[in-house]
Amino acid sequence: MAEPRNIWTFRGGLHLDDHKAVSTGRTIEPASIPERLVLPLQQHIGQAAEVLVKPGDPVGKGQLIARASDYVSASIHAPTSGKIVAVEQRPVAHPSGLSDHCIIMDSDGEDTWGELPPAWPDYTERSAAELRERIRWAGVVGLGGAVFPTAVKVNTSGQRAIDTLIINGAECEPYISCDDALMRAHPEDILDGIAILRHIIGAHECLIGIEDNKPEAIEALRHAIETRGERDIEVVVVPTLYPSGGEKQLIKLLTGREVPTNSLPASVGVLCQNVATAVTVANAVLHGRPLIERIVTVTGQGIRQPGNYRALIGTSADRLVAKAGGYSEHIHQLIFGGPMMGFSLRSDQVPITKATNCLLAASQAEAPNNDPERPCIRCGECARVCPVQLLPQQMLWHTRAHDFDKVQDFHLFECIECGCCAYVCPSHIPLVQYYRFAKTAIWTQEREREKSDLARRRHEARQTRLERIEAERKARLRKKKEALEKKPAAQDDDPKKAAIEAAMQRVAAKKAAQQNPEPAGKD
Amino acid sequence: MEFATGSSPHKIGPQNVTRVMGMVLLALVPGTLAMWWYFGWGVLINLMIAVTAAVVAEAAVMSLRGRDARPVLLDLSAVVTAWLLALALPPLLPWWQTVLGSMFAIVVVKQLFGGIGYNPFNPAMAGYVLLLVSFPVTMTRWLPPDVVSGQALSLADSLHIIFSGTPPLGQTWDTLSSATPLDQMRSELSENRMISEIRQSPLWGDFGGRGWEWIGNWFLLGGLFLLWRRVINWRIPASMLGSLLLVSGLFWAIDPETHPFPAFHLFSGAAILGAFFIATDPVSASTTPKGQLIYGALIGLFVFIIRTWGGYPDAVAFSVLLLNMAAPTIDYYTQPRVFGQRKHDDA
Repeated sequence: MAEPRNIWTFRGGLHLDDHKAVSTGRTIEPASIPERLVLPLQQHIGQAAEVLVKPGDPVGKGQLIARASDYVSASIHAPTSGKIVAVEQRPVAHPSGLSDHCIIMDSDGEDTWGELPPAWPDYTERSAAELRERIRWAGVVGLGGAVFPTAVKVNTSGQRAIDTLIINGAECEPYISCDDALMRAHPEDILDGIAILRHIIGAHECLIGIEDNKPEAIEALRHAIETRGERDIEVVVVPTLYPSGGEKQLIKLLTGREVPTNSLPASVGVLCQNVATAVTVANAVLHGRPLIERIVTVTGQGIRQPGNYRALIGTSADRLVAKAGGYSEHIHQLIFGGPMMGFSLRSDQVPITKATNCLLAASQAEAPNNDPERPCIRCGECARVCPVQLLPQQMLWHTRAHDFDKVQDFHLFECIECGCCAYVCPSHIPLVQYYRFAKTAIWTQEREREKSDLARRRHEARQTRLERIEAERKARLRKKKEALEKKPAAQDDDPKKAAIEAAMQRVAAKKAAQQNPEPAGKD
Repeated sequence: MEFATGSSPHKIGPQNVTRVMGMVLLALVPGTLAMWWYFGWGVLINLMIAVTAAVVAEAAVMSLRGRDARPVLLDLSAVVTAWLLALALPPLLPWWQTVLGSMFAIVVVKQLFGGIGYNPFNPAMAGYVLLLVSFPVTMTRWLPPDVVSGQALSLADSLHIIFSGTPPLGQTWDTLSSATPLDQMRSELSENRMISEIRQSPLWGDFGGRGWEWIGNWFLLGGLFLLWRRVINWRIPASMLGSLLLVSGLFWAIDPETHPFPAFHLFSGAAILGAFFIATDPVSASTTPKGQLIYGALIGLFVFIIRTWGGYPDAVAFSVLLLNMAAPTIDYYTQPRVFGQRKHDDA
């Protein structure tokens, strides 16, 4: 290997205890098939999928049961063979604890594949559009946690040419080790996915970014690259500094390029994909298999056998916990995701989704309930650790004042909610919570504004319509009037006048006749 | 099974306000002990009086506001304020003046603005300035360091002076007190004496007043501890002392007989204490990286200006209060560039 690549840096970030060894001790456990699966229609960013089945329908493993309803949407497939039971609201993993539309199916235990599209080992013969369509069919979304539809992300037409594909294996959040486990066990599949992605986007170089706390994964991938004689793929080791796995942070680390505010990585010629997403792409193209399972790290002091477990999408969280030996007596919080960015669940009766990279059964010490918030002493630690170089204090100040225009002046929407600021705050202010509140308040305001804009436009349209109708009516009346006025003028004034005159003459004659009788009588 | 819920991040760091303030107090210990060594018991008595008054005042305001006083007192911020104020006071100040200054700092400057985090001015320095303009005689009646006077006041004598307000039998204020080196430098310069002449006096050490010049080192030690523990960052102390050195060095280079050399400025008065402990008060200081450099540098500049041409011998308190007023504006114009934001692309 050539001399080590230059690593850039980003400002801020935190050195955290990674707690990853807790879950990397054992190999990945294969998935088991639960009797019942609950598949939310909304597991991704964008529109919810559109249901294609009805209760009672038999389905084969891998059968499309809900299709992408829009360009930004993702399909959902049956994770095993069985029968659809219902399509209804069920509790899902969401910070609100609310229910959402789900397809519920019972497995038949046979696990027989349904009809699948052909495998394309010769994918280089296929066009980028065909491959994107395959990825879209397979319901592939970003498995690092953002769950953005991959088919949309790899469609870079109309944008700047992509020269670099970045594969994100940084996995910077403490406790989570599912990507680490995948890289150790299946480096070949990752390389397959990389080859397909490069074919689609035409990137001549590929960089795999991995934090230096995963030596086994780094070794496994380097070994695989060497054995296959791959060129222009390089494993780049980055220092363990949360949040190095943030998309824009990783791009900066590996290429020195800063993705401009309000822009996508494509604007600097980069496309970023998670390692697990690359493997799913490979499965979809090389084997014609959809995304129906993923690796989930089940860890924390609240679990008896922490480790990495494969799980069918739709498996209930409590079942996965049971597989991991159940809860220990230390269980305090159950967190979907990691300790920095995950959200806590009230109940474990919710399904694993494409977004579930980790189930953290945390003890009181690992996830203390938030201490009472104290006033900000303006120490500035939050600004020092912010990887986006925001001014968290000022944002907090304006959020508290509900001055949402000001918060946006301080670049609220560049906040990636990594939690570094809240972690270091000596006053224990839940800063991220404030920013989430400000963001949703602004979205609500925007929706309201759109609504009122629409109402105003409708009102204005109605007003113009009424005015037009009124104007038309007036025009019609005027025409009529004009027509009426014109008629007598044009035909004749004379007959009337003549008649009147005649009548007057007759009256005069009568009068004359009446006055005359006397003389007449005298006659 | 139902689980506890909370908002991310679920794990937070070990830092808290009490710890930060405790660290500041710890860092003040060596300098405080040095002052006790050179100026006697008065220093510690002032400290006790000021801290007691501050804590009582804070508790009283909290109960008036109908809030729980415990967490507020436990954050130790009132103790830090009182401690800093006490260090700025002459060792034999009448007790009630210390109480007044301490209470003013807590009640008016801190709590009336909303308590910790909301005060626009540094409470300790505002308390000090109130006393300085109200009681100019007692506030400038400093003791000579023991190394100069060769005698130390006993604890009983110190208590007697502080609580009765009169010197012990057989002594007068003139025999007890002496001007501070800054004061002396100033008054003798105004009599058109040369610096080389002034420094002939046995009161003078290597670069400042004897005794006085070493206290700064002990505060410096505490300041370095705070830097090491990352309670403060280097920007404000470095820029403040740097600009003080630079400006005083410039004038000294032009005319060394009428402008004291830079080290004198550094090791006299409250320059080092101010740079590490007072100007760095996060609440009233600038918070952006660039802003902190400007803030510190301007404090250093004002210290030199007021010391050289102003009406008071020392100037740290005034300079800090002046820049407290400017801090929000400095912050506004020195916002850091957000990740991915192009230059000259500021909204």
